[in-house]
Amino acid sequence: MIWEVIVTYAVAICLIIGAAFSLIGSIGLLKFNDSMTRLHAPTKVGTVGIGALLLASMIHSYLTGYGALHELLIMAFLFVTAPISANFIAKVNLHRRDCDMPPAPPQDETWSTLNVPEADLELQEQKDA
Amino acid sequence: MMLATDMMNIALWIAFGAIAIAQIMAMIRLVIGPGTGDRILALDTMVVNAIGLIVLLGIAQGTRIYFEVTLVIAMLGFVSTVAYARFVLRGDIIE
Repeated sequence: MIWEVIVTYAVAICLIIGAAFSLIGSIGLLKFNDSMTRLHAPTKVGTVGIGALLLASMIHSYLTGYGALHELLIMAFLFVTAPISANFIAKVNLHRRDCDMPPAPPQDETWSTLNVPEADLELQEQKDA
Repeated sequence: MMLATDMMNIALWIAFGAIAIAQIMAMIRLVIGPGTGDRILALDTMVVNAIGLIVLLGIAQGTRIYFEVTLVIAMLGFVSTVAYARFVLRGDIIE
């Protein structure tokens, strides 16, 4: 009996943590004033916020008697894909020059977004010659 | 002394309200966002918040049937974010 009470409190704490991270991440998305700064806040929503909510769901499923670890699948997928999409959005910001730009790259036209591999450059030179 | 289940219900309703407000703020950024990157980021955040809302719905109703819904939305959200970003970067999604 006391064990169920402790687990229920654990679910409540996980829910509060996840909701707080989601809310604060979205406040950051709305209030920050630079594109790259805005990119920083919602990455925490995708990892800590949703991670805590899914953890609460897992603990709750054990509490109701039909325990399962299915949510680990969603958690693993989100944790793997969140940095990839953040990297792509940062590339979009650099490509569209919506942020403070770093110094110009030595050879390419824009930073990392139109990068051509060395092998393709050699093929292009052979085709031109 | 408050019962533990009452405590969990209150936490559930607080979480519903917080994520609903977060979703609305992401939607405001989607509308006013000055750059294309901001709009893609706001859509990505909205997908993540929608996953959170569906997980909360599953906890509130005590069912397991929303698991597949959440998984499909997570996958489609990632694919759509990458597709938008690729389209802005290269002018084409599949080259």
